[in-house]
Amino acid sequence: MAGIVFKYQDSVDTDVILPARYLALFQEKDLAAHCMEDLDANFVSKVQPGDFIVAGENFGCGSSREHAPIAIKASGISCVIAASFARIFYRNAINIGLPILECPEAAAEIQAGDQLEVDLNAGIIRNLTWNRTYQAGAFPPFIREMIDAGGLLPQLAAQKDN
Amino acid sequence: MGMTMTQKILARHCGADQVSAGDLINADLDLVMGSDVTTPIAIQAMEKYGLDRVFDPDKIVLVMDHFCPNKDLQAARNCARVRGFANKMGISSFYDGGRMGIEHALLPEQGFVAPGELIIGADSHTCTYGALGALSTGIGSTDMAAGMFSGKSWFRVPASLRVNLTGRFPDYVGGKDLILSLIGMIGVDGARYKSIEFTGEAISRISIDDRFAICNMAIEAGAKNAIFPVDQITLDYLAGRISRPFTPVTADPDANYVCTIDMDLSQLRPVVAAPHLPSNVKPVEQYAGLKVDQVVIGCCTNGHISDLRQAASILEGQHVSPHTRCLIIPATQEIYLQAMAEGLLELFVRSGATVSMPTCGPCNGGHVGVLSDGERCVSTTNRNFVGRMGAKDSEIYLASPAVAAASAVAGAIAAPGEVM
Repeated sequence: MAGIVFKYQDSVDTDVILPARYLALFQEKDLAAHCMEDLDANFVSKVQPGDFIVAGENFGCGSSREHAPIAIKASGISCVIAASFARIFYRNAINIGLPILECPEAAAEIQAGDQLEVDLNAGIIRNLTWNRTYQAGAFPPFIREMIDAGGLLPQLAAQKDN
Repeated sequence: MGMTMTQKILARHCGADQVSAGDLINADLDLVMGSDVTTPIAIQAMEKYGLDRVFDPDKIVLVMDHFCPNKDLQAARNCARVRGFANKMGISSFYDGGRMGIEHALLPEQGFVAPGELIIGADSHTCTYGALGALSTGIGSTDMAAGMFSGKSWFRVPASLRVNLTGRFPDYVGGKDLILSLIGMIGVDGARYKSIEFTGEAISRISIDDRFAICNMAIEAGAKNAIFPVDQITLDYLAGRISRPFTPVTADPDANYVCTIDMDLSQLRPVVAAPHLPSNVKPVEQYAGLKVDQVVIGCCTNGHISDLRQAASILEGQHVSPHTRCLIIPATQEIYLQAMAEGLLELFVRSGATVSMPTCGPCNGGHVGVLSDGERCVSTTNRNFVGRMGAKDSEIYLASPAVAAASAVAGAIAAPGEVM
């Protein structure tokens, strides 16, 4: 996956990722239309399929709304890279198949507009603009299996059919 | 090695004698909860993957509280969808209309939570039920779908922070000031992925409603859960609500904690969390005099009867400032009736406040008290993020019911002592 970077600070909360006034919506395209609206009003018009969000600590804190990772995924973002993730967002992202990588060094150094290339399986982040490479933390095998199955529910559905 | 309260509950629910921080486990659930906001996505996900049954209809609770009574057509359709799902699956614990209340006050009140139980809810403030010695935690809609189908959920066993409480609350200081002060100390990610376990001699003087407020905001420090030990106060609250057997847990003496934070309640003061993070906690005096357009007293954090009593003790014989709208939201119908019986509702209306039906309402900018551009609100809710209650440039100061009521009278941020 390759694309450019939208860069945000620490503790980006799910209220700014997908404001509560849109919570009655739940179709992917409707949610994507309001993604990051209260933090970066230009995000929706600028984001291209394959682009990345890079942020600081505690990304996705606050509400458990799955609308937030769904909106990010449907907006075309290919992967969120952060120094750390809030725990409910971390679960939700894995459960719905939004790729995330935890990498404090990458989160600190990568700048808005940088061109990235990411190898998700290997957890390798290449910053093509500055010619730097970072290694993200690996997922435990338990979670890796869930990701490989396409998320939590596809995994459950497969077990149900067995 | 010894285990914390949280670790013991997880061990019991995955059939293990011992679990340790960092273990990944699959655990049996005692209850799965969802709201009008999160359940429609869970239903859609179940349908998409052909998950056409629930593990136990009696262990699922669906509460229509966020945009209810239905605020618009989309909200009405969402509730209708959840109602149809409840009927199809035989889920009788579907709360709407006159049975409705804010989920995190309603579930304990209606006896859905017992000490030692393991509960997931598709709402981040599900951590509230730790007040009763249960392990409860917020998850998203997909986890809710998986939990409803399989009766199980995966967990990473958390490490714990221990908070040791001593001393007595000064006048007009309570659970909300305690949890805001703690979040101010450790930050919005100070307990990320961890549990917070309360201990100490002061617990015997902390009311159940204060414990609800304290556990409710654990997520604001990033915690998976917060939990109080079970004592006579817990058992008094549970009497008449729970008939099933339950087994409380206690932490082992040699349980391992990341750290212990000592808090002397007598040193706490009325505080506010200023925009735009719950960790931005300052003494209320620092913002005294700042004009306030709206005051909200209620929500899952502070919509309990003792919160309303505290607000009433300040509003009695006073009047809400003509420049300020004061909105009071009892969290459940039972609390509403109790407040009515005690004459609190009349006192609120006569003091110039508006009394709302139970609903999450303005807390997340849904309805009933949304903020306009540039408006400032003092609120007993739990989040002050950008745009949380309405306009992007509106401001929320989080505070206790006492500070909120005092601010309503003053028309500006005020300490309770100032208006009495």
